[in-house]
Amino acid sequence: MSAELKQFEEGFQQEMREGNRGLHYEESLLWEKEYSERSGVDLPQSSGIAVRTGLPERGDIGLPQVSEPQALRHFVRMSTWNYSIDHGFFPLGSCTMKHNPRLNEKAARFAGFSHIHPMQPVSTVQGALELMYELQNWLGTLTGLPGVCLTPSAGAHGELAGLMTIRRAHEVQGNTARKVVLIPDSAHGTNPATAVMCGFTVRNIPTGPDGRLTVEAFKEALYKGDENGADIAGMMVTNPNTCGLFERHIVEIADLLHKAGGYFYCDGANFNALVGRVRPADFGVDVMHINLHKTFSTPHGGGGPGSGPICCTEELAAYMPVPTVVKKGDDYIFETKEDRETSLGTLKAFQGQFGMFVRALSYIMSHGADGLAQVSGDAVLSANYIMAKLSEDYHVPFEGPCMHECLLTDKKQKSFNVTTLDIAKALIEYGYHPMTVYFPLVLSGTMLIEPTETESKDAVDRFIETMRQIAQDAQNKGEAYFHALPQSSPRKRLDEVKAARNPVLKWKAS
Amino acid sequence: MAELKYTKDHECVYLDGDTAWIGISKYAQEALGDLVFVELSEVGKIVDKGDDVAVVESVKTAAEVYAPLAGEVVEINEAMADDFDLIAKPVNEQGWIVKLKVSETSSDDLMDEAAYAQYLKEID
Repeated sequence: MSAELKQFEEGFQQEMREGNRGLHYEESLLWEKEYSERSGVDLPQSSGIAVRTGLPERGDIGLPQVSEPQALRHFVRMSTWNYSIDHGFFPLGSCTMKHNPRLNEKAARFAGFSHIHPMQPVSTVQGALELMYELQNWLGTLTGLPGVCLTPSAGAHGELAGLMTIRRAHEVQGNTARKVVLIPDSAHGTNPATAVMCGFTVRNIPTGPDGRLTVEAFKEALYKGDENGADIAGMMVTNPNTCGLFERHIVEIADLLHKAGGYFYCDGANFNALVGRVRPADFGVDVMHINLHKTFSTPHGGGGPGSGPICCTEELAAYMPVPTVVKKGDDYIFETKEDRETSLGTLKAFQGQFGMFVRALSYIMSHGADGLAQVSGDAVLSANYIMAKLSEDYHVPFEGPCMHECLLTDKKQKSFNVTTLDIAKALIEYGYHPMTVYFPLVLSGTMLIEPTETESKDAVDRFIETMRQIAQDAQNKGEAYFHALPQSSPRKRLDEVKAARNPVLKWKAS
Repeated sequence: MAELKYTKDHECVYLDGDTAWIGISKYAQEALGDLVFVELSEVGKIVDKGDDVAVVESVKTAAEVYAPLAGEVVEINEAMADDFDLIAKPVNEQGWIVKLKVSETSSDDLMDEAAYAQYLKEID
């Protein structure tokens, strides 16, 4: 940094209160604003509080007192610090951050969908139930798994629902000795967490040299506790896996698992690579969750809520949660625990995130079966394009072709003391949200990039150019330059270790 | 200097009679970066070889520390939970995480310093 720029920076840091800098809004906390006795509404003088509540009369509890425009500006300014798929490319691997078509939003705002209440008699919301029934059918058809329960409210909640369905099946069938769930070491962290929450023990399957499961390693794990695998409850596998690779031996592995009496749970987070082309039932899956907020384009993360329906075989459908929508004659009704006694019961109040069902079905119907096949095709093509274009500048640990995401590592940059974290910070400097870093855990310094079908070739090319520039900078500019990045963001390099070791979780007046 | 042994998962082991002091290798420390959390087993926990005895967490990732030999957890390094930088000390001094009373004191999977250095070259 030049001395002049440094001086400017230091001066600015001291100045930094309210105001802005190149339209980057700085904003203090609402509590730190020096406003008082302003209010967005006129409240009547209260009386009788002590009588009604047994509490003393209203006193000052130190809430910020700001007018409506002050409150509005505060939150709108804060919102400009956010980064979302609507701002730009969001290459998070294993997370499928893609465009949320505005047509979905239009459909979700129809009064017949947005102004209804879950306590209404079902005869008055037949259209909403029909929509859920249609969505169940689409998801059942796309996965080849006809039993569909829409209620889980997130991917991890779907995992929980899926594993509880497996547990319930074993319970009803009297197989309570089955306690082990097999999980590859490349799995999403939620997989082992879910298995443990359901009372299972996790047994690891090591990834093979090509980044995929091997039949040998699988067999070793399957028969480790018992020669027939009689202790196995099931396995949780993501396919394509978190290295972005299709599990080539999955059919053989699923057969062995089924022969041992276990069920195959598939983590559906990576379904965007398969939708419209591969039905998971055909590679042996018994139950899987679908992230509507990934593959089916409903809002993701803070903009959610998420929605993680599960799809299962006819056999497991007897055990999955209620309610589901069934059609009786011309009427749509909820099937409850009374109708399906073997069900594990309800997982949450009511029917799940209905607004997301509207958006997902809108996405599915506006694409159609051929459009969905093009979605997965384009997503896989984009990832392979990035991998091919970056294979000289970055280390590609597992030879392609990959599926919807490509895996790189910092092996080449490490010799210049530039690591994956530095590359991520450099991407922020260049105006990109970083890719997934240090995941999967099977290798060191991993970077997982998922462009999705959303990004145009121009956008992908610009990202590739940026990544190449960063690789060049690593060679030419050295570690000191990288360790100071990002420079142009409202906050520079944060001390993540200090933040994790000494988190400040509560605001205190200084 | 005490002889240290290593596992393929980068645990570092110091054997003092039938007590195994378990920490993580320099390689593992560098791969993880600064630790921000250490979760310890409870004293008295019986573990098989390969079961986890602790979890070490950095800003990058959380990693399990596996028992290199079967045994019983007899001591945990509570000082580690307050001062994560202790991990960098030698395992046979303050850098251990847990101590196991082991039922067998040897395993074919344990490598000496030279074999581990060779192994690190192979996986790089």
